[in-house]
Amino acid sequence: MFDALSARLDATLDRVRSRGRLDAKSLEETLRDIRLALLEADVNVTVVRGFLDRLRTELIDTTTTGPLTGAQTVIKAVDQELTRVLGGTSQALTLPRGRLSVVMLAGLQGAGKTTVAGKLAQHLKQQGRTPMLVACDLQRPAAVEQLKVNAERVGAYVYAPATSGDPIPVAADSVAKAQATGCDVLIVDTAGRLSVDEVMLEQAKGIKDALTSDGIDVTTLFVIDAMIGQEAVNVARAFADTVGFDGVILSKLDGDARGGAALSVREVTGAPIMFASLGESLDAFEVFHPDRMASRILGMGDMLSLIEKAEATYTEDETKRAEEALLSGEFTFDDFLEQMQMLKRMGSLKGIVGMLPGVGKQLKDADLDERQLARVEAIIRSMTPTERRDPKNVLNGRRRKRIAAGSGTTVTDVNRLVNQFVEMQRMLKAAAKSSKGGGGKKHATPRSTKAQAAALRQLQQQAGGGGFGGFTGLQPPKKSR
Amino acid sequence: MPAELSWIALVAITLVLLVSLVVLWKVYQATVGRRGSTTKDASDSPTSPDVTHPTVTDMPVSVNERLRQKLSATRQTLAGLGDLFHSGIGDAEYERLEELLISVDIGVTASTEIVAQLRSEAIRDNISDPEVLTQRLKRLVREQLVTPEPLTRRDNGPTVWLVAGVNGAGKTTTIGKLAAQLTAEGAKVVLGAADTFRAAATEQLGVWAQRTGAELVTREAGADPGAVAYDTYETATLSNADVAIVDTAGRLQNHRALMDELGKVKRVLEKQAGRLDEVLLVIDATTGQNGIAQARAFTDAVNVTGIVLTKLDGSAKGGIVVAVQKELGIPVKLVGLGEDITDLAVFDPAVFVDGLFAASDV
Repeated sequence: MFDALSARLDATLDRVRSRGRLDAKSLEETLRDIRLALLEADVNVTVVRGFLDRLRTELIDTTTTGPLTGAQTVIKAVDQELTRVLGGTSQALTLPRGRLSVVMLAGLQGAGKTTVAGKLAQHLKQQGRTPMLVACDLQRPAAVEQLKVNAERVGAYVYAPATSGDPIPVAADSVAKAQATGCDVLIVDTAGRLSVDEVMLEQAKGIKDALTSDGIDVTTLFVIDAMIGQEAVNVARAFADTVGFDGVILSKLDGDARGGAALSVREVTGAPIMFASLGESLDAFEVFHPDRMASRILGMGDMLSLIEKAEATYTEDETKRAEEALLSGEFTFDDFLEQMQMLKRMGSLKGIVGMLPGVGKQLKDADLDERQLARVEAIIRSMTPTERRDPKNVLNGRRRKRIAAGSGTTVTDVNRLVNQFVEMQRMLKAAAKSSKGGGGKKHATPRSTKAQAAALRQLQQQAGGGGFGGFTGLQPPKKSR
Repeated sequence: MPAELSWIALVAITLVLLVSLVVLWKVYQATVGRRGSTTKDASDSPTSPDVTHPTVTDMPVSVNERLRQKLSATRQTLAGLGDLFHSGIGDAEYERLEELLISVDIGVTASTEIVAQLRSEAIRDNISDPEVLTQRLKRLVREQLVTPEPLTRRDNGPTVWLVAGVNGAGKTTTIGKLAAQLTAEGAKVVLGAADTFRAAATEQLGVWAQRTGAELVTREAGADPGAVAYDTYETATLSNADVAIVDTAGRLQNHRALMDELGKVKRVLEKQAGRLDEVLLVIDATTGQNGIAQARAFTDAVNVTGIVLTKLDGSAKGGIVVAVQKELGIPVKLVGLGEDITDLAVFDPAVFVDGLFAASDV
């Protein structure tokens, strides 16, 4: 997600990096590049204009006074501005407990409302709520059926008394139904509409009114396709003006869309982006974090999300082992294999790679085929313990041939893996050495997450600058300015 | 889950991950480079029953008329094009013009090129009249688009159309409309529900089959879409149908496995029917620059023969197809306007461009 935008900005910022200090001329050039990057990412033209104006003011102010070099200044300013446009801090959907809440989903045709309804039900269930899905899309053939199937998959109640006709009575009755069954959240799926279709917009409003009339708060969430173009702003305005909405759900973010729509919608309507929907399985649904997304767009990676994922995946023991393997400088194929298993547990390879600082760029166009993991795994598993520990010295031609045969690969494959691995071992050794000398341990265990976050942010910036090259510089930064 | 990981441990994990990934990546890159040269898609070679007899899928002229009306319904996008030129034409005006093209999703690259072309023509022909310049601009955009051939049909055996696209583009609805128009013409139609993935997708197509009297071919949810495609052609042959239309599950183009699956569906059909008569890519008119990526990936996977631009409702103008055609040369064949069965028309570039520039006519 947002890959292309980050790639564009990356290229621009790389140029700034190589330039060193910013002068008036290079500032204008940089701004022009950023403008193109944003426009190519489908950010609305007027939003881009505002974005650049603020960025320009900010940069002119800081370049004359600040001690930062050009690249850092620009990255910082763009990061801030992106975070701001995306909505600052993340805003959660808060539904009061102890009484019935209603969430209505609205959006264009094909935005993904019915799928999101199922995902939201799952999300709320995990928070201990009892959701009921209400089928108010009586327009599209089999939409009701689809909602029923989704409800069944997540184990939620569903209220679908009709498959055609007027959805407003369905909405009105659903409240009593929910109270009778003991559900505390209603998720109302509505028919998709074309943006300027007034009849349909009125209908959505009617559904909302029918629900509100019982004195119940209705939270309306606007579902928008991440692949939408310049039209996003018109659509969002039309919905905001007629139906009104309190939050946005960005759907199909698992695609390679540049996601400029996200920026535009937030900027134009002021409604926060609350969730990101990332795939067809019903648990591919996340709370949206603007600040992290900004970092990701800038190619600075999203270490915080990665760490959260890692924390959820690794046990303490495994963490310790990984740490030891690293600091000892003796990173063996066994350690590597173990990390690969971890990697698999953490989800899709592509998703993880996207979160790493400075890596997304290189890997953006690559089709990361998970089957390749299996291939590598097969090669390693065909090695003896000794070979795994010290591949450089132990592996002769005959052994390699045996490994290739055992893993169903070719000797070339084996050679390639081993050579790369030995190279990495060497780099790791160097890194471990310098980190020991550089006092990594002295900084150890600052317990607050804030300190962690700050430290990691610095790390991100360093690594973001160097990509793979800056790899050995990953030990804790010593200069803090 | 540990209470809290120490800072150094977190860095360690990340580093190790990074290392692992770099190794994997390099190995993989090398492998791909080696393999890439050997695999060649042999499926596109035209084989058996030859395509003949392009029948016009006649669509009422009035649909394009309605399109014209719809497209000019909102008069905001390019409003002020006249105003823009009134104060003389300089850098700022051309930049505005570029933004106006971008604002209908024509895209940065295409817009820049079109405006640059306009600029050089303006200088060459010494144009200063805003009206003439507007006409010139329209013509330049119009020149990017071709007037499509009607959807290809064949005489010997059932015609086969495969329909693909990203999630929510409007594939099933488009097929429903196609079926309605074909059956109205008296053709016998078979619909293949090869979207076995999305909940109730088969039911949705089934409703359309019922409405139009087309025959529906299905299998259970989760079945192999290739098998459904196979059954569809079999059924079409047995029942002497004129057209078989195969619906596929929506898929995002960066999902490799799903694109491979689509390729398989196509190969299954080709094995039975020879070269497919049409492979249609459905694109939503609100789509932004991602449309190019979609067109490229789907063409790589199944060799798209034409685009169906859906949900063209006046506000969404679908300028992305200009960029797609310019960059990839894939023609737009049909446009979908709304939800009505008759709301599907043969693409008319002139009407389309008028729609893009609707406001400037005022």
